Amino acid sequence: MTETINAPLGAPNGESASSPILEVTNLKKYFPIVRGLVRRKVGDVRAVDGVSFQIQKGETLGLVGESGCGKSTTGRVILQLDRATEGSVKYEGEELVGKNAGQMRVLRPNMQMVFQDPHASLNPRMTVASIIEEPLIEHRFGNRAERLAWIEELLGLVGLSPTHANRYPHEFSGGQRQRIGIARAIALNPKFVVCDEPIAALDVSIQAQVVNLLERLQDELDLTYLFISHDLSMVRHLADRVAVMYLGRMVELAPVEALYESPQHPYTQALHSAVPVPNPIVEFGRERIILKGDIPSPSNPPSGCSFHTRCPVATPECAERVPEWREINPGHWVACHLA
Amino acid sequence: MVHAVNDVSFELRAGEFLGVVGESGSGKSVTMMSLLKLIPMPPGHIDAGVADFGEHDLLSIDAATLRSVRGGQIGFIFQDPMTSLNPVLTIGKQLTEPVMLHTGADRRAAKARVIELLDLVGIPDAEQRFKNYPHELSGGMRQRVMIAMALACEPKVIIADEPTTALDVTIQAQIIDLVKDLREKLNTAVIWITHDLGVVAGLADRVIVMYGGRIVEQSPVAELYARPAHPYTQGLLNSVPRIDQKGGSLTSIPGQPPSLLAEPVGCSFAPRCAYAFDRCLTETPVLSPVDLAGEHLSACFWDTAEGKERS
Repeated sequence: MTETINAPLGAPNGESASSPILEVTNLKKYFPIVRGLVRRKVGDVRAVDGVSFQIQKGETLGLVGESGCGKSTTGRVILQLDRATEGSVKYEGEELVGKNAGQMRVLRPNMQMVFQDPHASLNPRMTVASIIEEPLIEHRFGNRAERLAWIEELLGLVGLSPTHANRYPHEFSGGQRQRIGIARAIALNPKFVVCDEPIAALDVSIQAQVVNLLERLQDELDLTYLFISHDLSMVRHLADRVAVMYLGRMVELAPVEALYESPQHPYTQALHSAVPVPNPIVEFGRERIILKGDIPSPSNPPSGCSFHTRCPVATPECAERVPEWREINPGHWVACHLA
Repeated sequence: MVHAVNDVSFELRAGEFLGVVGESGSGKSVTMMSLLKLIPMPPGHIDAGVADFGEHDLLSIDAATLRSVRGGQIGFIFQDPMTSLNPVLTIGKQLTEPVMLHTGADRRAAKARVIELLDLVGIPDAEQRFKNYPHELSGGMRQRVMIAMALACEPKVIIADEPTTALDVTIQAQIIDLVKDLREKLNTAVIWITHDLGVVAGLADRVIVMYGGRIVEQSPVAELYARPAHPYTQGLLNSVPRIDQKGGSLTSIPGQPPSLLAEPVGCSFAPRCAYAFDRCLTETPVLSPVDLAGEHLSACFWDTAEGKERS
């Protein structure tokens, strides 16, 4: 087991660069709405409503959208933390949907998650060492001495010191806690990590520290990220490709430069223009697209294109027909009748 | 003891939009809340200070006068509209009461005024919404109700504490648009507390940057972003990515925000500052002008542009 400790650090990063590590096809996740004494099902919350995408080995796919758009649910369903209603998730060609807990357990070391809230995702009664050791014990990693040595190395990797190992989570600041969460996520040498809003709960000056750490670890450990975030500026900085979700569906997916320089979907354009720029001169000259109204409820999404109720350029057709997901430029996918 | 705010002095001019930027624990909210004694006392207490508002010193006036100032002449918008609205009262009821209290209007006049206000902040079907409870409104709508409440008595000053932080970015854009629009109509002075350097860039006339319970920099908005003088402000601006350009790697500020438990000695940013030298550890820098007009102030011993100690 000890060889695996150093294996990822020198992992080759060659010909495999273009094969998909993850393939998601028509993924759906509905949560039932139940009512009354007999808990009769009266409808569905369509949290994820048919999304398809691939993630290439070694890349960072940014997944952006506003609250309730289904981006976190997508991440959880990919890792089978929530059961998919329909669709397929293939990890290195292997179908994950329908696997039972035991079958998933074998694959878990390959795919891990960094959670949003570093206060809620670390057990306050466990020391840092035992938090990071738990997955190692679970997956029978070495003996105790080997585990402790690896934990020390991990703490160093994420920018903490080995002396932190015997402290409790409450002794750390938010940024340091997120580092502990990252150390736990990479403890089993995963290839694929879902980062679910890992910086949303952190202070501005700490966010850059954690993002730089994630980028460094990606280089050193050859990781693939699904980076879920509502922070479009940070995703531009971090991602290779970006997917935009609205009400459970994907509206646009493109390489990062294309998505930010020439967004095709009206929602992406509005989202883009709504993000303030920390520069008064730029801000002064900016045209803002202000969307009308609020995000509709995913339990009763609008007909046709679900964005048509707020879309500044919607036509009558948009209310009737669901736009198809098509590739308008190589690698640039969009779901809009008008694009 | 937590020293949340230390020796903070600033002024707000009539009709001015003042942005207050800082991270959590920088003292930005506590400063503004203490002005109207909105911090729980005990355990909190204000050791010293004066807050002149017109002819009053807000920190020494009696409770009744203070009540008339709160909500009457100074309005508040809080961060989370769900916890600051009463869930068991209709929004109509919550809005008419302060209007009646502060203006002496009767119920019917107050209701008319409230519907006018709801209209003003862009709530459709104001007449219908009047009867709604807070949970029946979306987050953006609730924040609009909070803004209507703050505007109810035509205050001279509105203090907004992270008013858009809990909102999605397209809803934040709606609220910012509304606030810009209202400012032109009403000419109210605004103190806008935020951690987002982007939000105040497009809104504020002047910006105050706080760190460790002190003001570290204060400047007209264009000057602050073009020539940030304090190493903390510089670090903050370098550590945020921008949506309108692809940059290289982010320059993060090393270390952690300061603990406010100890009596602050020296500059609280010194442990994280690349320019810190021995004087920073023993002496606390005071805000002093760094431009000729005296509008741009920074609390730092080091002149980063010249690369030497400030005289």
